[in-house]
Amino acid sequence: MPEVSGQAPAALQPDFKLKIKHMALNYTKKTLDHFLKPKNIGRLNNPDGFAQIGNMVCGDQLDFFLKVEKGKIKDVRFLSFGCASNIATASMMTEKVKGMTIEEAKKYKWEKIVSDLGGLPQQKVHCSVMAVEGLRKAIDNYEKRQAEGKGKKVAKPKKPKATAKKKK
Amino acid sequence: MQVYLDNAATTHLDPRVMVKMKPFLEGQYANPASIHGLGQSAFLALAEARRRVAKAIGGEPEGVIFTASATESNNFIIRGVAEANAQKGKRLIISAIEHPCVREAARELGRQGFEIVTLPVDKEGLVSPAELEKLMNKETVLVSVMAVNNEIGTIQPIAELAKIAHRYGAYFHTDAVQAVPYLKLDAKKMGLDLISLSGHKIYGPKGVGLAYVNPKIKIKPLILGGGQEDGKRSGTHNLPGIIGLAEALDLAYRERSAYLKKVKALRDYLWQKIKAEIPEVRLNGSLKERSQANLNVMFGYVEGEAILIDLSQKGVYVSTGSACSASDLRSSHVLKAIGLDKNYLNSNIRFSLGRFNTKAELDYAVKCLKSAVKRLRRFSPISSLK
Repeated sequence: MPEVSGQAPAALQPDFKLKIKHMALNYTKKTLDHFLKPKNIGRLNNPDGFAQIGNMVCGDQLDFFLKVEKGKIKDVRFLSFGCASNIATASMMTEKVKGMTIEEAKKYKWEKIVSDLGGLPQQKVHCSVMAVEGLRKAIDNYEKRQAEGKGKKVAKPKKPKATAKKKK
Repeated sequence: MQVYLDNAATTHLDPRVMVKMKPFLEGQYANPASIHGLGQSAFLALAEARRRVAKAIGGEPEGVIFTASATESNNFIIRGVAEANAQKGKRLIISAIEHPCVREAARELGRQGFEIVTLPVDKEGLVSPAELEKLMNKETVLVSVMAVNNEIGTIQPIAELAKIAHRYGAYFHTDAVQAVPYLKLDAKKMGLDLISLSGHKIYGPKGVGLAYVNPKIKIKPLILGGGQEDGKRSGTHNLPGIIGLAEALDLAYRERSAYLKKVKALRDYLWQKIKAEIPEVRLNGSLKERSQANLNVMFGYVEGEAILIDLSQKGVYVSTGSACSASDLRSSHVLKAIGLDKNYLNSNIRFSLGRFNTKAELDYAVKCLKSAVKRLRRFSPISSLK
């Protein structure tokens, strides 16, 4: 029985190691950075605005949490069940809208995320649209709460349990 | 470290195959259809490759038709046989987990007035012969069931299915692209009238495929021209590719038992390690009736593409058994067909082992996998699995 060799001969190893270091799909380095080290990730307790967009069946879901002070976004956080660009687009957007007034944030466009990331693969552009829609939904939620009762304590959004933490 | 665990997508060319191909890329460049000496020498090499291939799959040399890919082979066989035998009936049965090239070829026939019937699979990813029996009738011209599934690696009882098809006068085709060498193919003994194969999935070259068509079966060509391959597939022969395919196929079966032992040990090791180190994982498809090289795993709470990209950054290359994998945003029809809960359709990774993988590579891969899944779970909004 001839031996099955365990290692591809050196001469046949791909010689493009360096070039592929930062390639996956055709995400930009910036997108990959935001995916690997997302900004504003996590949840906020007692948020002033909350929204959930997308679902597991579609393959992407984002939860947004807002803290608003004097009409400005003081803090914004998100959770993600989604692909690399879902995470990266939400990360980029939250970085940009933090500190904006609510009115400024409402006008924030998905095209801005795409250009700030240095472009997105065609089939991933919808992720940036979803991030912006999620943000607007969270702002809606904030404004609704404001309208419903000034000063009245608004019910917290249903708080999903952190699964990974629990398992430790 | 680079770890390639995507051998079901394509494989690393075996250096021994390349050695055999080389003369046909250099000195032996003549066209096998040329009648001069150099051409005839190429023709002899082609005839020899055809004979070797036929022997490897238990068929007749006259039935071996070389193509440019398995996608071409599947299109040629599905459409060519259906169209050439339409007077017998205009009904086809294909399994629910066929490769897109079979599904799309069948859909095209559907547009031409053929009835396309889907043969379901159970939750293990297996076709049931009894189910096929129920769907058969005399109008059925062709039954097509892939031998080994590309996503979940399940092995179908093709000999049994062929027997049922024959009882109703239908031909049986199997897309065997992922089946070599996991299944010992034998066209005659197993009753396989039509077989599709590919070079690059078995450590052979890309750009060469094989359509085995029992010489007794009428088939309409897909590609017309100079009349190569007995008029069934025109176009100048890709001789280096054909030589490479023949060599790769021969090697695959000659070294079959050692190879299977190796990939099975690696695959089992990988699965044990994943199960031991990462909570909330589930295997998709039967473990028993499965190619020894395939593992398809659902990782709860996280999206598959995110895992893939994270791993890719660390030099570990896998594939998503699902959505967002590349240009295609649809969920896997295979995972849907086995009844995977729709909430989990986007959380799957396919690992396909190969000849050149090592245990040390798997240790590294699982280390990366563990940290990727842990990281992504930390900020997942999903709180429980059903």
